[in-house]
Amino acid sequence: MISLEWVGDYVDIQEEDLKELAVKVTKAGINVEKVITNHIAHLVIGEVLECLPHPDSDHLHVCDVKVNEEETHQIVCGAPNVRKGLKVIVALPGAILPGDFEIKKSKIRGVESNGMLCALFELGLEEKTEENYSKGIYEVDESAPVGVDALKYLGYDDTLYELDIHKHRNNDCFYHIGFAYEIASVLNKKVTLPSLEYKEDNDSIKNHFKLEVETEKCPYYLAKMVTNVEIKESPDFIKKRLTAAGMRPINNVVDISNYVMLEFGQPLHFFDKDKLGDTVLVRDAKSDEVITTLDSKERILKSSDIVITDGKKPVCIAGVMGGENTEVDENTKTILIESAIFDAVSIRNTASHLNLKSEASLRYGKGLSYEYTNMAINRACHLLEKYANATILKDTVMHDKVDKIPKLVTFKAEDVNKMLGIVIDTKDMEKELDRLGFPYTLEKEVFTVTIPSRRLDIDANVNDIAEEIGRLYGYQNLVSTLPIASTRKGEYVGDVQIRKEITKRLRMLGLNEVKNYTLTSPDMAKLFKYDSKEQITLPNAMSVDKSIVRTSLLPSLLNTYEYNKKRNVKDVNIYEIAKTYDTDFKETTKVAILMKGSYLTNEWQRINIKVDFYLLKGIVENLLEYLGFKNRISFVREEIVDLHPGICASIYLDRERIGVIGRIHPNIKKEEVYVCELNMNALYEATIKPIKFKEASKYPEIVKDVAFVVANDVDSESIKKEIVHTGKRILSSCEVFDLYPEIASGKKSIAYKLNFKDETRTLEEEEVMEVFNAIIKQIEATFNAQLRDK
Amino acid sequence: MKEKVNALKEEALESILKSTNLKEINDLKVMYLGKKGPISELTNHLKELAQEEKKEFGKVLNELKNEITSKIEEKIKYYEEQEIKEKLESEKIDITLPGVKIPMGSPNILEHIIEEIEAICMSMGYDVVDGPEIEEDKYNFELLNIPKGHPARDAQDTFYIQEEEILLRSQTSPVQARTMLAAGGDKPIRMICPGKTYRRDDDDATHSHQFMQIEGLLVDKNISLSDLKGTMDVIFKKLFGPTCEVRFRPSYYQFTEPSVETDISCFACKGKGCSLCKNTGWITVSGAGIVHPNVLRNCGYDPNVWSGFAFGFGAERLAMLKYGINDIRTFYQTDLRETKDFDRKEKNND
Repeated sequence: MISLEWVGDYVDIQEEDLKELAVKVTKAGINVEKVITNHIAHLVIGEVLECLPHPDSDHLHVCDVKVNEEETHQIVCGAPNVRKGLKVIVALPGAILPGDFEIKKSKIRGVESNGMLCALFELGLEEKTEENYSKGIYEVDESAPVGVDALKYLGYDDTLYELDIHKHRNNDCFYHIGFAYEIASVLNKKVTLPSLEYKEDNDSIKNHFKLEVETEKCPYYLAKMVTNVEIKESPDFIKKRLTAAGMRPINNVVDISNYVMLEFGQPLHFFDKDKLGDTVLVRDAKSDEVITTLDSKERILKSSDIVITDGKKPVCIAGVMGGENTEVDENTKTILIESAIFDAVSIRNTASHLNLKSEASLRYGKGLSYEYTNMAINRACHLLEKYANATILKDTVMHDKVDKIPKLVTFKAEDVNKMLGIVIDTKDMEKELDRLGFPYTLEKEVFTVTIPSRRLDIDANVNDIAEEIGRLYGYQNLVSTLPIASTRKGEYVGDVQIRKEITKRLRMLGLNEVKNYTLTSPDMAKLFKYDSKEQITLPNAMSVDKSIVRTSLLPSLLNTYEYNKKRNVKDVNIYEIAKTYDTDFKETTKVAILMKGSYLTNEWQRINIKVDFYLLKGIVENLLEYLGFKNRISFVREEIVDLHPGICASIYLDRERIGVIGRIHPNIKKEEVYVCELNMNALYEATIKPIKFKEASKYPEIVKDVAFVVANDVDSESIKKEIVHTGKRILSSCEVFDLYPEIASGKKSIAYKLNFKDETRTLEEEEVMEVFNAIIKQIEATFNAQLRDK
Repeated sequence: MKEKVNALKEEALESILKSTNLKEINDLKVMYLGKKGPISELTNHLKELAQEEKKEFGKVLNELKNEITSKIEEKIKYYEEQEIKEKLESEKIDITLPGVKIPMGSPNILEHIIEEIEAICMSMGYDVVDGPEIEEDKYNFELLNIPKGHPARDAQDTFYIQEEEILLRSQTSPVQARTMLAAGGDKPIRMICPGKTYRRDDDDATHSHQFMQIEGLLVDKNISLSDLKGTMDVIFKKLFGPTCEVRFRPSYYQFTEPSVETDISCFACKGKGCSLCKNTGWITVSGAGIVHPNVLRNCGYDPNVWSGFAFGFGAERLAMLKYGINDIRTFYQTDLRETKDFDRKEKNND
C-alpha cells in the first residue's frame, strides 16, 4: 500500500489527478489495482458551544455544536470527554461512515439530535480497541477553523494505491522513495530525497561496540549507536503514515524503524544496547539452536539460518525477527541500530521453514541495495535525533564485502530501436534516459548507462534498457509488423505427426477424445498393469488420489465411462492419447480406446450395431491398416491381467507386441466394456512400405466355399493359416463367412470362402479342385475336422 | 376387297382406341399384326390378284399395316410410361424420417482450440513440436534464466519427482530450450509446442493441477517487439475474428526481456465493457516477450547475432473464453453430452 500524501514528500504531485496518475503508472507497467481515497462527505470541524446533561440519562450530553458560520446543530453525545469549548469532528446528517453507517436526524431518548461527534476509530482511522474507545471523541486542536472538511484538515484525506506488482519490481516499488522514482519517470520529474542530517557526539561507537561477521551470507552490516533516547508517542505524521500503510503505531522508536523501512525499503533492527552488551557476532546458526523471538515464541533454527548473537547466545534471527532478550522497551536508553544486507535466498528459506513471514523478511528476501542500506541508517539517526531527542555517537561500525561495482550498459539508439521496432533518435533517447533517472554518458552516438543500485531487477544488457524505454514510450504505440525472414509452411515434428493421424482417424471412426489427469490414485494405478511397468510415486504428493504417475490410460478411461454412466450417457465410445512414464523416466505415448453400448443406430429402422470384441477389433484393424500396417498385424490369444480370460488378445505388429485388446474382466466391471491400448512409440518407430500400384487381374477368379466342423477351442485363424499354407500360390484370399455352434456335439461349424486366381492366366477347374481337395484333407487331418454338407 | 380393308382399318383403329391397358393392346397387336391376323391373311390373297391390282392393293395393305403398327406402338409406349409412373409412385418414401446415425467422434475441447492455433501458426511457418512432461530442472528452469533459489520458482509450485533435479514440467517453456539446443545455434527457429503442464494447485472451478500451455518461439535475425505484436495480431484475428484488436502491457518473465502481456479487445462486448472483460474492454490472453539474451546464450545462440520472441497461451483460458466455459474441470471430466457439438469445423476456410 503506497500513500500518495507520503510520496508527495519526494516528488511533486500536487497538481496531479491521482486517479489519472494511477492509469499512467499502470500503463508504464506498475499495476495499480485499486485507488483508495479517504474522503467522507459532510464531515466537518465543529465547536461545542454549550454542553448540558441529557434530562433522561446519566451519561449522555446535549450539545449545541457550531458547524459553520451560520449553523449550530443540537447533537446528543455519550462520550466522557465532551465539554464546552471543545473543537470536534462532526458527522452531519447525510454523512456515510465506514460500515455504510449513514448519519440521520434522530431523537435520542426524546431529545432531537442532528449529527454525531466522532472518535477516530469510528472513521476507520484507528483500530477499534478498548483503549481507543475509552478515550472518547477525538479532540481537535483549538486553532482549527470551524466548518472545514475534517479529514482534510487533520491530514487524513490521503489517497492510497494498492499495487499488484510483478515480482521483479517488487523490490523498488515496495517502498515510498522507490515508487516516487517510478512516478517521477512517468511524469518526467525529479526526486528529492529526505534529510539524512544529524549532529554527531564526540564519543564514538567504537568505544562501546565491536562487530564480527563469520558468515558469507552477510555481505554488508552497518551499526550505529544512539543514546539518551526518550521513548514516547510518535508525532502525528508518522502515526498517520504508518496507519495508512497498514502498520500499527507503537512508540516513537519502534515507529521510526518501521517508517524508515517503508521509506527506503531497508528493514532496520534496533537492539537495546544495554541488554545486548558490547559485541555483535553474525554467524550461521547451529542446528537446533533455540531463540525466543519478539512475539514470545520459541524458534528452533537450522544450520542454514543466519543469526545475530552477542558473541554467545542468539539475539536475533537475521532478517526475520528480533529476539525478546534484546527488545527495545519503555525503559530503553541506548540503542544499537542495525542496517544490513543478508543473503536473500537464505532469508526466504528461513522465513519459510519457520513459517514467519515478517515485513522485514519479505524485504530481505527480495534483495537490497547497499546505497539504501547506508541512507536508511542515517535517516533513522536523523529521525531519532529529531523525535526521540537521541544523541548520535560518532562513527559507524561496518562489515563490508558488498559488490559496489555499478552495472554499465553500452549501446546505440538503433540497438533499442531494432529491439522494439520503433524509431527514437539519439536526442530523444537522451530524454528517455533522463526521465528514467539513469545516469549516462554519450560519446559518438554510443551511450554508457549506469544502472542505479535501487533497480536490482535490471541486468547489464540492452534488452533491459529497451524494456525501460519501451514501457515509458508506451507499448500501445508499437506498430504491428511481421518478421521479415524466409520461411516455409510449418510441420508436425517427430511423433506429433502420427499422433495427429491417429487422433483424426479415431474421431472419424466415431470415437470421442477425452483427456484425463496424468496423476492418479493407488487404487486406479493397480489396474491393467499388463506391461508390468514400475510406477512413479510422487515424493510430496498433494493428495493420495493424485500421487502416482499412470502407466496405463485404461483406468482413467474407465473413470470417464463411470462418470458418463452416472449421467445417463449409455453409449460411451472414447479414446485418449497421452504420455506415460515408468520409474526409469522412460516415456511411452499410449493410445487407449474404451467402447460400450451401441456404435451405429437408427432405431426406427431397427438398426443397432452394438459394441463387441469384433467391432473394437475392426476399429483397431482399420486404424492400423490406415497407418500402413496392412497384413502385419496379428491378434494372439494370451492371458492379460484384468481382462476377460476368454475375450482378450495381445496385438502384434510383425513380431513386436504393441498392445492389448479385450473385454474388461467381469470382476472389475460386470457390464460388457471393451478396451484396447496401443503403444504409439512402437507404431512411430516401425517402418512403412511405400504404396505400389497393382493392376486388377484380367483373368477370372474361381470361388469355392467350404465348411468344417471343429472343436470349439480351435481358433479360426489357425485353420486359415493352414488353408493359406496349403493353398499355395493360386489361393488369393480366404475369409470366414459363416460360423455357428453345433450345440449337440459341443463343436462349431466354420465356413470359409476361398478365392483362386492366377495373375497370368485362366485357371483350369481341375487344378483348382486338386488344391481345394488338398486343403480339405489337410484341415481334416490337422484339426480333426469334418467337412460339412458333403 | 377395298371395302374389306376399310372395314378392317375402322375396326382396328377403334379397338386400339378403346384398349385400356398394356395387356389389351398387346393382345390387339398379336390379333391384327400376328401371322394369323387379318392383314397377313389379306397379304396371302395378294398373289391371287393380277399384276396391276397386286401392285395397287399391296400398297394399300402396306399403308394399313404401318398405320396400325404405329398406333399400337404409340399406345404401348403410353401404357409403359404409365406403368413406370405408377411403380415410382408406389415406391415413394418419407424422406423426413431420420437417417442412420453415422458415428463421428469429437475432439477434447482443448484439442479443438489447440488444433485451430496449430493451423494458424503452421501457416506462418511454425513447426509443431513436442517435449517430455517429466523434465529436468535444467530445462524447466536453469537454462531459462531461473537459477536455483530464484523467487520466480516460488510462483510455480512444482511437483518434484527426484530431489531438485527431476520434475513434472511446470511450463512448456523447457521445449524452447530443447528446440534451440537441438537446432545448434545457427538456424532460425519457428515452433509452437502445445502440451500438458503441472503445478501444485488445488483443483476447483478456476484452478487445475494439470493444464495445457501453448508455447511459441521464433528465433531469427533482427526480430523486434513490433514483430511479436504483428504475430499476435494475426493469431488472435484468426481466432476471434477480424475486428479483434491486440494491445501489449509491460510485464515480467524471467526468460523474456522486454516482457509483455497481451490483451485482446473483448469479443463479447466489442470493447464497451461487460462482465467477461470485467468492464475493462480488454481480456488478457498471453504472456510474451523478446527472448532474454541469457536464454539465447544458454541454448547455444549468440545474442549479438540472433534475436527472437516467445509467447505462451493457456489453452484452458482461451477455450473458456471462446466457448463460454466456466469450470476448468470441464476439460478433464468429459461429459459426452457436452463435447458432442465439437465434432465439426468452425470456419469454412480452415
